[in-house]
Amino acid sequence: MRIARATTAGAIALATLTLAACSSGSEPEAEPTDGATGATASATPTAPEEVDLSGQSVTVVTHDSFGVPDEVLAAFEEETGLTVEFAAPGDAGALVNQLILTQDAPIGDVVYGIDNTFASRAIDEGVFADYVSQAPAAADAAEYAIAGSDALTAIDYSDVCLNYDLAWFEDNGVPVPQAIGDLTDPQYSGLLSVTNPATSSPGLAFLLATVADQGDDWTTYWETLRENDLRVTPSWSDTYFVDFSVPNYGGDYPLVLSYASSPPSEVIDGKPTSAALLDTCFRQVEYAGILEGAENPAAAQAVIDWMLSDDFQASLPGTMYVYPVSSSVDVPAEWAEFAPLSDAPLTMDPAEITANRDAYIAEWTSIVLD
Amino acid sequence: MRSAAHHSLSWWLLALIPLAFLGLFFLWPLCSVLVHGLFDGGFDLAGTWAIVTSPRTADALVTTLLLATAGTAGSVLLGVPGAYVLYRLRWRGQRAVRAVVAVPFVLPTVVVAAAFSALLGRSGPLGFLGLDQSVLAIVLALVFYNASVVVRVVGGAWAGLDPSTASAAATLGASRRRVLAHVTLPALVPAIASAASVVFLFCATAFGVVLVLGGTRVRTLETEIYLQVNQFLDLRAAAVLSILQILFVGLALWLSAAARRRRERVLGGRALDGTRAFLSADAWVAVPTILTLGVLLAAPMYALVERSLRTIDGHGLDHYVALFGQPGRTVLPVSVAQAVMNSLVTAAIAAALACVVGQIVAALLTRRSRRSGALDAVVMLPLGVSAVVVGLGMLLTLNRPVLGIDLRGSWWLVPIAQAVVALPLVVRTLVPPARAIDPRLRLAAATLGASPWRVWSSVDWPLLRRAFGLAVGFAFAIALGEFGATSFLARPDRPTLPTAIYRLLGRPGIESIGMAFAAAVVLAVMTAAIMMVSERMRTQVGADL
Repeated sequence: MRIARATTAGAIALATLTLAACSSGSEPEAEPTDGATGATASATPTAPEEVDLSGQSVTVVTHDSFGVPDEVLAAFEEETGLTVEFAAPGDAGALVNQLILTQDAPIGDVVYGIDNTFASRAIDEGVFADYVSQAPAAADAAEYAIAGSDALTAIDYSDVCLNYDLAWFEDNGVPVPQAIGDLTDPQYSGLLSVTNPATSSPGLAFLLATVADQGDDWTTYWETLRENDLRVTPSWSDTYFVDFSVPNYGGDYPLVLSYASSPPSEVIDGKPTSAALLDTCFRQVEYAGILEGAENPAAAQAVIDWMLSDDFQASLPGTMYVYPVSSSVDVPAEWAEFAPLSDAPLTMDPAEITANRDAYIAEWTSIVLD
Repeated sequence: MRSAAHHSLSWWLLALIPLAFLGLFFLWPLCSVLVHGLFDGGFDLAGTWAIVTSPRTADALVTTLLLATAGTAGSVLLGVPGAYVLYRLRWRGQRAVRAVVAVPFVLPTVVVAAAFSALLGRSGPLGFLGLDQSVLAIVLALVFYNASVVVRVVGGAWAGLDPSTASAAATLGASRRRVLAHVTLPALVPAIASAASVVFLFCATAFGVVLVLGGTRVRTLETEIYLQVNQFLDLRAAAVLSILQILFVGLALWLSAAARRRRERVLGGRALDGTRAFLSADAWVAVPTILTLGVLLAAPMYALVERSLRTIDGHGLDHYVALFGQPGRTVLPVSVAQAVMNSLVTAAIAAALACVVGQIVAALLTRRSRRSGALDAVVMLPLGVSAVVVGLGMLLTLNRPVLGIDLRGSWWLVPIAQAVVALPLVVRTLVPPARAIDPRLRLAAATLGASPWRVWSSVDWPLLRRAFGLAVGFAFAIALGEFGATSFLARPDRPTLPTAIYRLLGRPGIESIGMAFAAAVVLAVMTAAIMMVSERMRTQVGADL
């Protein structure tokens, strides 16, 4: 099947392979993920002088929290001769919808930042052209691949988890809640601030976590949470910066929705002031994909390979507070200490999310807000 | 007959400039979204009608009306006495106060909402009011944002109001209240209606403050459109709601135009100084006005400054220092100081564009007619249409070469979009003084053989320069603070100050929020400075006359 996708000119496949090699600094040997792709790859000779993207430009569409260190970008541009331009027309949810609406005239060549809560919608709409990277980290990325589709390549992931204020629970003698189910206990009344799943992507992730955890009882669960004086805000920054009671922000809520990677930012004098509740986490995976109808698909492939390169992967924790998919790069030491990932994150099949997302949100709204 | 036809032709030729500008960058994008939404896959009458008649739509419509009315009423109630104290009266230090009053207008909603939440939250200094996540909190924020518009527009008119009519009434035995109700306020109606119509549009399309301060429970047309586009991808619903929004806004504009029409009068060719020194008898209005303005405007600004100074171990200037370094070179590709430069350059271009186009529109609207009414409405519309829809429309239409010009991803789209947003206020600032010019002056000049251009440059322009200074200040401030359209179009590697603030708020850590608030304070200071400069420009020009 993947052979069929490789109908793009041989030069393009060639370009990709070479660039993957260049950007990661390793030998230009493809690491086939399966027989078919391997055949394509090995059938293509590697000849760097035939591949020339220099002087061309490529437009990367991202969500508005994208970042990349200057030197990592500069190295990529130097190696390929490409000029990389970025467009960021909104947050993660808005991004997918804009890509769908602009399908006839794509707003760029390659997109980064589609997450598993929106991936299926975009794939179903045919927004992406298939591509399987041969970059060294591609095997790691394949672990997070969306079943039955080669449209998207996983780049990074993170855990959306409830965070709690260490001092508050100790000072008030309240036991720290462990599981999602604990939060309905009246002793946690008025302590929890979450974001609206309709306006915030961590909010949607947490809603999906409760559905995954509570099954068909999720509606009753949220009814009880509401009775337990739940606070809802439109975005992560409102919940985290305004509501969180840790010393850095001084809000009124010791339990807030955030990420497993947030606690290192609240370390004061070497001591953590917050921690994530690792049994409340939903795993969010972020993908990159080549836009169908892209002007410069060859360069788009090069960009995806670059995003799987060690340099780019290693920069992810520092720039975007996410974990790299690559197993060959290290996360910062403080992450290992203060930002452990969940051993058993909650998750849901992307196709199931796409089938039910709107209904979940509508039902959540009527339960929690109306 | 021939001369009338000629006049009409030149009117239309001149009108081509603003119409082409708005057509390309506003109407076409807007229509493309509406057409896409309504007609893709065939027009579905039943589906469309179901959206129009759904209780959810009715609820959003009523809430929008209530919020916009309350926000406008509050802004006028506070702004008119404010205009009196800050513009009609003369006192030491009023320039600085005027500049500070103008600041809220440009503050990013994310920051203002955070400041209000901090004040109104359970343990906040105003927490005892129980206003957290309430409709009243939204209204207070709307007044916080918009009172300055009323103060400036009405203040400008009040300062130029001929005091002799009021003195005559007083001499004839009318009480102060009577003079105010029967002489002064009626003369100010055009300015008040002008300001109120703009404020109404701002309130009707408010987005961030409604979401945050209403705890996402309060749903307006604007928040519904956002959800339909960004979450549910239901363009038909978005299109239907947008059309309702346009009708709604159109009705409000029509009412305001009717109010102005009845009152707008020719003031003669003189530029008057209607100001007078502060007397102790003014204290009864000045003290409560300044106090209310002070509490409403200063409290959130205080919260903002406090947060910008808050560090891990107390308070300090750390976050301001950080603005000038590369912020870890991560969240932003440039320092916030560079974002300030980007903002200034973009806003300067946007202000120039808005003022040139606005001046042309004002000239075209000077003589009232059916066609000028239509042009007026078209120019005002951008304020009343959802930024989400226009932004999406720009992606749909300008995302390919247009007339051989490829604006795709172009940096120029940013100042252009900001100019579209600033244009209505520029026009509202310029039209009343243009209409107040005695047409006989123009007629006399024309009779003496002056060309239309010569008439405009020798009769209109000298009298309009004051207002032009004000318009430039407004346009600059709006462009500086603009977030909605900019966030769609600004390239991530060239953030403006508001988009930089937004992105700083996207990562954890006290440095992020500290820098975001410090950047907002910088934005506030820049705005105050610009307002003071435009203020000075205005009085100097006035003194020339």
